[in-house]
Amino acid sequence: MFDACADPKAIEGLTWAFCYLTSAKHVDFYWSFLTVLALLAITAPAALAMGFLGATAARSHIPPVSFAGKVYIWMVRGVPDIVFFLFFVIALDQAIEWTTHQIVCPDWTEPIRKGLEFRVCPEAKVPLAKSPAIVHQIYGFFLAVVTFAIVFGAFAANVIYGAMNAVPHAQLETAEAYGMSRAQVFRRILVPQMWVYALPGLGNLWMILIKATPLLFLLGVKDIVYYARELGGSKTQVYEYPHGDWRLWYFLGLMVFYLAFTRLSEIGIGRLTRRLSHGQATAAGEALRKAAA
Amino acid sequence: MTMTCWETVQGYALRSIGIGEPLLPKSDFTLCQQFTLIGSGLIWNLYFGILALTFGFFLANAIALARTARSPWVRKPAEWFVFVFRGSPLFIQFFLAYEALVLLPKEFTLFGAEISTSWTTRAWAGALLVLFLNTAAYSAEIFFGALKSIPKGDLEAAEAYGLTGWKKFIRIEWPTMLRLGWPAYTNEAIFLFHATTLVYFSGFPAFQQKGDALYYANFFADKTFNPFIPYPIVAFYFILLTLLVTTLYGLVNRRLNRHLPSNQRQKIRLRPNLVR
Repeated sequence: MFDACADPKAIEGLTWAFCYLTSAKHVDFYWSFLTVLALLAITAPAALAMGFLGATAARSHIPPVSFAGKVYIWMVRGVPDIVFFLFFVIALDQAIEWTTHQIVCPDWTEPIRKGLEFRVCPEAKVPLAKSPAIVHQIYGFFLAVVTFAIVFGAFAANVIYGAMNAVPHAQLETAEAYGMSRAQVFRRILVPQMWVYALPGLGNLWMILIKATPLLFLLGVKDIVYYARELGGSKTQVYEYPHGDWRLWYFLGLMVFYLAFTRLSEIGIGRLTRRLSHGQATAAGEALRKAAA
Repeated sequence: MTMTCWETVQGYALRSIGIGEPLLPKSDFTLCQQFTLIGSGLIWNLYFGILALTFGFFLANAIALARTARSPWVRKPAEWFVFVFRGSPLFIQFFLAYEALVLLPKEFTLFGAEISTSWTTRAWAGALLVLFLNTAAYSAEIFFGALKSIPKGDLEAAEAYGLTGWKKFIRIEWPTMLRLGWPAYTNEAIFLFHATTLVYFSGFPAFQQKGDALYYANFFADKTFNPFIPYPIVAFYFILLTLLVTTLYGLVNRRLNRHLPSNQRQKIRLRPNLVR
C-alpha cells in the first residue's frame, strides 16, 4: 500500500508495525467493522417494524390474527435464539430456492428432496453457481439480516406489546368517549404514548442486538470475528509478515470495541430516556418536573 | 444393518460423554437417532448450566455486596468485572478465554508439584469457567439492583429491633434481596441454559465429537440438508428444560414469599434476554 512497505522483511520496529497494520488484509478487517454496523443499521429498524406488526397483530380483535401474533411473540421464548439463527438461514435459503424452482422450472420432474439431497434445477440456484463471489457474499448478508430481523422482531414485539398494555386504559376510554374510531385511538392516543414505556425494553434489546452481531460469523458472513481469527493465526516465514499466534490480541481488540460500543449506547439511551420522560405521567417524568421547579 | 430404536438408544444415549458407539451414525438418520443423540447432547447443556449457576450464585452474592462497599478498592473491581462481562458478547468471551488458555505454558512446577494445564482448554473446564464468570456478573447486577430496592422501612425496623451489621444483613437484607431479585434471577437461569448452546460454536472444539444438543442438531442438519427435523427437536428439549427451570425456581420463589399475603407476592414473568 505504501512505498516504504514494499519489502516487509527488510523493515522493523514502528515502520513494520505501521506496514503490518495497513496491509490489504487488515484494510479488509477494518471494512468488516462496517459490515457489523451496516447489519445493525438495517436490522434495528427492520426488527422494530416486525415487532410493531407482531404486537399490533397480537392485540387484534380477529382471533386468527391475534393468535398468529401471540405465537410469534412466544416463539423465541423457551428456545435458545441461536437455534433460530442456525435454522432460519438454511430454511430461508431452501424456501427461496424452492419458490424460484417452482417459477423457473415448472417442467422439472425429479423430486427436490431426494434421500439426503436438496436439489433444485440449476437455474433456480440462488445465487446462480456462476455468479461472482460478491453476489454470494451479499446474498449471505441478506439472509443474515432477514434472520436477525425475524428473531429480534419477536423480542421487539414482546416489548411493544407490553408497552401498549402499559398505556393507562382510561386514556383510551376517554378517546373512545370523544367518538374516535378504533384506528384513531390507536394512531392518536396509543402509539404516541407507548414509546416511553417501550424505551427501557427497546434499549435493552439494542444492547443485546449489538452483542449478537458476532453470530454473523456462524452464519458464514466474513465479519470481524472471521478476520480476527484469520489475521491472528500464526504466520510462518512464507507470509509477508510472519508472527506467532496473535489471536488473543485480536480478540482483546474486539472485546474493547464491543465494550466501548455498549457503553456509548448506554449513555445515549440514558439521554433519550430523559428526553422522552419530559411531561410524562411516570416517576421519571415527575422527577424531571420537580427538578425544574 | 439397521438398528431398532431401542438399540439406537442403547448405543447413543450416552454418546455425548463417550459411552456407547464410537462412531456417529453415517446413514439413515432416523427420527429415533436424532431424538436420542440430541437428547444425549443435552447432558452437556445440563452440566454447564447447573454447575455455572451453582458456583455463579455465590460469586454473584459476593460481587453484589462488593458493589455496595464504600471503599473504592473493593467497589471498583466489582464494577469493572460486571461491566466487562455484561458489556461484551459471550461469544467473544469464549474465543478470548480459549486463546488465553491455549497460551498457558503446558506444564509448570509449583512447590515441586508438576501441574499440567492442557485440560483447561477443554470445553468442560474452560467454557464452564467463562459461563460461571458470565452468569456471576449478570446475577450480581440483579442482586445489586435488589439490594438497592429494599424498602427503607424494613431496614429502619431492623435497626429499631437492635439488629446491626452482619445480623441485620443475614436476617433482613439478604432474604429480602433474594426475594426481590428472584423473578429476574429465574430469567437469568433460563437464559444461561440457552447460552450453553454457544459453547461448541465458539472457540472450544468438540473433542471426539462429544458435543451438546445443538452440536448434534447441527450435525444432522449438515448431513441431511433438512433443518426441519433436528432444530425443532432441540427446541422441544429446551422448552421442556425451560418449564423445568421455571417450576424449580417457582418453588424457591414460593418459599421466599411465604410470609407475605398472596396479593403482594412477586410473580415470575418470563423476560427475554437472549444472546449475551
